[in-house]
Amino acid sequence: MSLLGLVSQLMAIVMALLLAPLLSGWVNQWRARLQNKSAPGLLQPYRVLHKLFNKESVLAEHASTLFRMTPYIVFGCMLLASAIIPTLSTDLPLSPAADAIALVGLFALARVFISLAAMDVGTAFGTLGARREMLVGFLAEPALLMVLFCASMISRSTSLTTIVETLAHRELAIYPSLLVAGVAFTMVSLAENARVPVDNPETHLELTMIHEALILEYSGRHLALLEWAASLKLFAYSCIGLALFFPWGVAEANAPLALLLALPVLVIKLAIGGIVLAFIETANAKMRIFRVPEFLATAFLLAVIGLLVNILLGTA
Amino acid sequence: MIKFVPQLINLFATLILMLSFAMISQRRIVSLINLFMLQGAALVAASILLGYATHQPDLYVSAGLTLVLKVILIPWLLHRVIRQLNVRWDVETLINIPTTMLVGIGLVIFSFSLALPISRLSSSMAGGSLGIALACVLLSFMMMITRSKAVPQVIGFLSMENGLIFAATTVTSGMPMIVEFGIALDVLVGVLILGVFMFQIREKFDSLDIHNLEKLKED
Repeated sequence: MSLLGLVSQLMAIVMALLLAPLLSGWVNQWRARLQNKSAPGLLQPYRVLHKLFNKESVLAEHASTLFRMTPYIVFGCMLLASAIIPTLSTDLPLSPAADAIALVGLFALARVFISLAAMDVGTAFGTLGARREMLVGFLAEPALLMVLFCASMISRSTSLTTIVETLAHRELAIYPSLLVAGVAFTMVSLAENARVPVDNPETHLELTMIHEALILEYSGRHLALLEWAASLKLFAYSCIGLALFFPWGVAEANAPLALLLALPVLVIKLAIGGIVLAFIETANAKMRIFRVPEFLATAFLLAVIGLLVNILLGTA
Repeated sequence: MIKFVPQLINLFATLILMLSFAMISQRRIVSLINLFMLQGAALVAASILLGYATHQPDLYVSAGLTLVLKVILIPWLLHRVIRQLNVRWDVETLINIPTTMLVGIGLVIFSFSLALPISRLSSSMAGGSLGIALACVLLSFMMMITRSKAVPQVIGFLSMENGLIFAATTVTSGMPMIVEFGIALDVLVGVLILGVFMFQIREKFDSLDIHNLEKLKED
């Protein structure tokens, strides 16, 4: 483990923590603009976090330890996930700890805990939200795995750093399978991050909410951690997407200059990605909850087609 | 530049396959026509690239023919037909859509495994595309079978023809011009006749459901 590796790892973590709320703010601002509303400030998520951290955390009478532990577990999962995704450099000392499959497992762990915590207090909304979250999750996970396997088949490794190194620094080639996988990945990340065709992150309307129903019982610093974790998740998914489909600009090992250049490149890519996300959310209407399995099944099948195309065209 | 051309052709082939799949999962007729238009455009791009790479100017003519017919004329005709018939939705499919997509994956696997040995032997530039073209033909064929309304069936027929043209272009590097013109004319006349048919079915039964055609006499 080199000193530079340590520096790039620390940079990646600090940057994820600081940039994640900014990305959420950026997406919200663009969405408001596209919908002809007056946009909230770019720093609004930071203000919300600051406000929530200073407030008292109120617990339900029958809340167990699980309920109190969950915000920390979820936040830890998301932080670790954003630490092992190669955002700035492929030289990450933490990345041998978890490959692409373990990354999906990390997201699953967070999902299980937040669903259990939502059911813990015993309100109807919490249980409803937990059920819906699991409905979305059990279909989104295999689709995400298939998308990651598409990239793994090209680089012949499930290690995220090897995948990005292969895609970014080998001779430039066009991989048709990644086109299909990219579409599938977009669909999965919309569902996983509670974005518009599947869930509306703004609404508190009982019948349609998924993510908001899960965290309805939380307040104060617990809620702040969960909100921060949600923006970290969006950040992590955006970074996976950028790393797999637009990997140019990620620094190699032992390249301090490239590391410095990688940060502005990443910020520009994230900014463009945020605008695209706002466009998708504005152009689509929220679908019925019973259409969600169909939506995610399409994503899964597209990712499978990506694998098949890779087999067919890769050998030709 | 020439190095990227086979890869780009494969990219457009994948795009054509993906659009075939999107058509299967699409319920709205207007979106179906737009997807068909995009598929035609991808076919045009693939033909032009292949013509550029193999120095065959007649492929440009073929691409132009596809552009005029399948990207501009036929979608415009279909849009007009559905506006006049006032059919916007095609909710009814004989098998529900997730099942159709699963069967579709099976068809893709079947045609890929069929084409894999052939494309290994092939020396042409885009030999791998044969499997994709075959999958497109089978997927469109399935769409014709599973849809119960007339307009999506016509679109399925046209999309099947897209797959055939794509197979012919990539595997043999272009058919003789006279065959190409013949097929183009056939498709155009076919669409015109089917359009007339749709109006007739509509006039007779007040619906475009082809189940009404199964009864030979009125009860």
